[in-house]
Amino acid sequence: MIRLWFKSGTPWIWLNAAAVSLSLIMVVGVLGLVIGRGVGHFWPHQVSQFSYQEPDKQPQIIIGEKVDTSITPAAMAKSTGYIMADNEDTLVQYLIKTGNRDVTGTDFRWIQERNVKAHSEPSDMIVIERREWGNFYGQLLEVKEKGTTIATGAQAWPVLQTKIAETLAIFKEITHIEKKEVGAINYGLERLRLKQRKLELKNALDDTAKQGIAIEKAAFEAEYKQYQVKLTGLYQKLRSDSMVAKTESGSELVIPLAKVVRVFQPNAMSFLDKILHYGNKVVEFLTDDPREANTEGGIFPAIFGTVMMVMMMSVIVTPFGVIAAVYLREYAKQGFITRLIRIAVNNLAGVPSVVYGVFGLGFFVYILGGNIDQLFFPESAPAPVFGTPGLLWASITLALLTLPVVIVSTEEGLARIPSSIREGSLALGATKLETLWLTVLPMASPAMMTGLILAVARAAGEVAPLMLVGVVKLAPTLPLDGNFPFLHLDRKFMHLGFHIYDVGFQSPNVEAARPLVYATALLLVLVIIGLNLAAIVIRNNLREKYRALEG
Amino acid sequence: MSEINSQTKYSSAITKSSGSAHERWRLIKDVIARYGVVIGGLGVIVAIALIFFYLLYVVYPLFISATAESVNQYEVPEANLGKTVLLGVEEQNEVAVRFTDAGQVIFFEVATGKNILTQSIKIPEGSHIVSFAQGSPNNEGAVIYGLSDGKAVIVKHQYKVTYPNNIKKITPVLSYPMGEEPLLVDVSGAALEKIAVKIGEDASTIVARSAGQIRLAYFEKEKSLFADEVAVTRTDSVLDYSAAEVTDILIDKDERNLYFLSNTGQLALFDIVDKSSPKLVNEQNILESGLKITSAVFLNGDLSLMIGDSSGLVSQWSKVRDKQNRFSMQKIRVFKVSDKAVVAINPEQRRKGFVTLDADGMMGIYHSTSEREMIKERIGHALPLSAAISPRANALLVQSDDNLISYWKVDNEHPEVSLRSLWQEVWYESYPKPDYIWQSSSANSDFEPKYSLTPLVFGTLKAAFYAMLMAMPLALMGAIYTAYFMTPKMRQYVKPSIELMGALPTVILGFLAGLWLAPFIEEHLAGLFALFMIIPLGVMLFAYAWQYLPKDLKESIPDGWEAAFLIPVILLSAWFAFSVSVPLEGLLFHGSLREWFKSEWGIGYDQRNALVVGIAMGFAVIPTIFSIAEDAIFSVPKHLTVGSLALGATPWQTMIKVVLLTASPGIFSAVMIGLGRAVGETMIVLMATGNTPVMDLSVFQGLRTLAANIAVEMPESEVDSTHYRVLFLAALVLFVFTFVFNTLAEVIRQRLREKYSSL
Repeated sequence: MIRLWFKSGTPWIWLNAAAVSLSLIMVVGVLGLVIGRGVGHFWPHQVSQFSYQEPDKQPQIIIGEKVDTSITPAAMAKSTGYIMADNEDTLVQYLIKTGNRDVTGTDFRWIQERNVKAHSEPSDMIVIERREWGNFYGQLLEVKEKGTTIATGAQAWPVLQTKIAETLAIFKEITHIEKKEVGAINYGLERLRLKQRKLELKNALDDTAKQGIAIEKAAFEAEYKQYQVKLTGLYQKLRSDSMVAKTESGSELVIPLAKVVRVFQPNAMSFLDKILHYGNKVVEFLTDDPREANTEGGIFPAIFGTVMMVMMMSVIVTPFGVIAAVYLREYAKQGFITRLIRIAVNNLAGVPSVVYGVFGLGFFVYILGGNIDQLFFPESAPAPVFGTPGLLWASITLALLTLPVVIVSTEEGLARIPSSIREGSLALGATKLETLWLTVLPMASPAMMTGLILAVARAAGEVAPLMLVGVVKLAPTLPLDGNFPFLHLDRKFMHLGFHIYDVGFQSPNVEAARPLVYATALLLVLVIIGLNLAAIVIRNNLREKYRALEG
Repeated sequence: MSEINSQTKYSSAITKSSGSAHERWRLIKDVIARYGVVIGGLGVIVAIALIFFYLLYVVYPLFISATAESVNQYEVPEANLGKTVLLGVEEQNEVAVRFTDAGQVIFFEVATGKNILTQSIKIPEGSHIVSFAQGSPNNEGAVIYGLSDGKAVIVKHQYKVTYPNNIKKITPVLSYPMGEEPLLVDVSGAALEKIAVKIGEDASTIVARSAGQIRLAYFEKEKSLFADEVAVTRTDSVLDYSAAEVTDILIDKDERNLYFLSNTGQLALFDIVDKSSPKLVNEQNILESGLKITSAVFLNGDLSLMIGDSSGLVSQWSKVRDKQNRFSMQKIRVFKVSDKAVVAINPEQRRKGFVTLDADGMMGIYHSTSEREMIKERIGHALPLSAAISPRANALLVQSDDNLISYWKVDNEHPEVSLRSLWQEVWYESYPKPDYIWQSSSANSDFEPKYSLTPLVFGTLKAAFYAMLMAMPLALMGAIYTAYFMTPKMRQYVKPSIELMGALPTVILGFLAGLWLAPFIEEHLAGLFALFMIIPLGVMLFAYAWQYLPKDLKESIPDGWEAAFLIPVILLSAWFAFSVSVPLEGLLFHGSLREWFKSEWGIGYDQRNALVVGIAMGFAVIPTIFSIAEDAIFSVPKHLTVGSLALGATPWQTMIKVVLLTASPGIFSAVMIGLGRAVGETMIVLMATGNTPVMDLSVFQGLRTLAANIAVEMPESEVDSTHYRVLFLAALVLFVFTFVFNTLAEVIRQRLREKYSSL
């Protein structure tokens, strides 16, 4: 019976089916993992208080968020060196995020469930998100203004709320002045220096020119002094308030409000509060700059950099891809040359992306960029302008990388257009160009769109070549700002994919950064899946349309 | 958007089309567009060629041989001031120096030999010079003169670069680092017949042979924290070694090892870490009888000795630790330099290269690691006496017996690399045996770069192998099922979802593999292995049970939905595998499979290993293979399969005997393209392996691939350096590899397409 069954081949069909199911499970599993971990990051978790006593040690209090649970079978725990009692089947351990890195030196610690004597979630537990040293967990004692206590006990919380709102407003103003206004002055001064150097190189630096530059410089400096005074005042105000909080070990810690981003009491929050908090955090994540070596705060510069790069790339790749596809479909005789081109296209698609990076670095950055610098920017030597990795070169490199995607997709679109349409146009006396420009290309535009979307999706997720041609872990300025000429193609930029790699693997505090990486990964996955789905939908619509035409 | 635009343009084109000038313009536009498009289309080929030729252009200088050309020849400056004991050239190749046996120092212009400055060493009345030695050339140009009264003078020659009036000016300076008063080395006052010195930042060692004894004097500077005063403590010792035969004394730069050489080939190694009691570590004869040592110097870094003999051989000896943890001197390699005796060996100051002169007047430049003979040129017909290579190794001075100095320019950019050093085992300094090693950079300049691509290629293939091991069965089996057995309705959704898998950024897969999967596997290793066995078993059991389902229930379910039913089955088996693995692990492997592997088999476990990479990269490769293979199978002409079924074959027989056979070229090309992708994948291997360039087949060990290596090291490599070019070479290797595979795949696919259309 079994032999017959095997002979019929049915089991092999089932096994093949299992391969499909397994692949599907893996896709869904990976997506689920990213979504599950990424979504959870912003939710305010309960803060627990454990009375904890390890055998033969003093009891202690541990305060923190429960992040992870690990269950180890007794045998394995024994073999890795834990002492297990006979009646214990498993060793249960919790990973607690205790924060307070400035006090204890670590953010996380593992505790064993069997040593937990008591567990509670007091509602007055506060979580402070700080600009340095990570989160703080503990209890609020008092609020101080210029060193004197202004509120303690129950009143402290509402007072703290208003104080923090004030401080944050001041902080925002300071950031605005420092980044926007002072940044513009610095940029202006740098341009002046370059102008002077350029005149010097041309031997045209006469007294009138010198005078003009001196006047401009003085104007900038006067402006700068003005801001300086304003900033000093603001900083004084910023630093006046502080709060006192109690840590898990009972010691008191003074935290200046200038260092505080957000304070909340997760245990006292209602469900609605939590949703509100969640929303705030998501907005912060999407619109703020990163803090603490990228492990906290937002990822706005990375989103911005990715979008800029992808847009530049699209502008470059579309015309070339479309022209190549038009050549292959409309102009070339199908023969040896087209065959060669198809092989070349295929190869372009198959060359490892890091090779593009190497090529981009060597050819675009060092050769093209180096020569551009020599020709057009001799005044800024020895600092390179285009002779160093930057937005422009990254875009061009990725355009080359995604060229095959656009070519293949456009070609497919062109192939679907019935030849009767071309023939009709030609018969009416239109030239080939007119036929192409006025009938064929507009009809093929959804196919181009599909190609472009796929190219964008590919480019948004590509990291390896970018590491060589322009991405950095932290860019001080965005490639687009209010300073002339507004779009700075020579600047380095941040990128979502690289952000994931950098924060997840190069950051000094990987454990603390991990949730943020999941959130970033989720964003990237959503963007890319969205783009791909859009491409699929457009392609399907296109097929329907031409099926109708053909019929 | 273009829809509306084109409408307006269209109408305007018609109204204006009557004028003949306009007609011509239309035609001209058409022609221009034609050429534009053709150029654009051919641009794709140009692009791929440009990448290839650019990579080749960067790599090419690695393999061109070096050149040397004679620039000038001039009389030895101030020849009457004594015989040359040392020639030297400073960094900029402008000023050279000649030390004579009469204690005269002559600085002269490199290009012309014009005297710039002559100074004489301060030697006390009544004594004269008997010996001379050079510290290492790296050591800021320190030399020592041994005197007839047991004293020694240490002199440094240095060069100050100033820019008065924006013109570069180099001023040579002589200084006395240990004071102008000669140091008393031998208290008895006997002449210092042979001498050696090493000047360090805080400590200096002098070793000398005098009156049949070897003496060591060690000076240690101690700076007190508060005062500027420097106290020098001195340690003296006499070595227990028969001194009579010693002709060369060498001290390494750490002042921890001391080497003695005798003419007849006796090599002794002393451990002088404790300066008060030097210990003899090893003594051996390194020459065949009848031969003589004619020259002995340290290679840059002072880790190995280059010993030239009277038969024209230069051998490299390095201190090597053997299995019993003892040190001995080992001959690492030999260069056949000439048939005549080797007269002088000059090491390069920043690389592991050296210049040799032989008795016949031939000059050779070699590199030890790559074992390359870079240059072999005749200097002249007279016996060469002394040579100097500049710090940047681009200029060479040679003095010969006929009192002429030849000035040569040398162009020798990349001696470190040869095909041999890239692909074969190389015996590096201080290593116990030849090995494949990639270790490209280090902080100090006397590091021996180890550019063996073999471990990287090995890592690349290992990662690709495990990835293909995971991806190929899943992708091909999935493709077979999806293309042939699955209902069209389900296929419509399944195919795009699996292809969507391919669109997932690899950085995310790598991140998950490194931070989630690697710790997970480390903890559930046994579960994972159980998974590989239990899932197929579970599926088979379910399939077997399926046929016993009530008939009407079975018939109500159409064919081709098997995959959907199997999802819960697989999930269940996975859950079962993980839960059953825990007690099994306790029962069979003392609780931990990982520990068991280590204790029973000696297989170590890295958290980020080839298994993790295999799974993660397999995941990335599945969609590529799946999609192409599925297309190939799906487009097998229907009449073939229908015919087969009509003849009474079962669907599975049709699949194996007809469909797979017809589609096999397509499947082959799918596998090729998948392999190409696995080989070139960067982010996953970068994040999911430890990036350790080891050659170990074990699935539990890390690896480093070519692509990851480029990503890690490229940003830090200096432009146009050897390292930079070797990384380009790695990129070229990747490029060529994928080029071959992709071209092959594409050609096969095109053939297949033709075949189908003819069917």
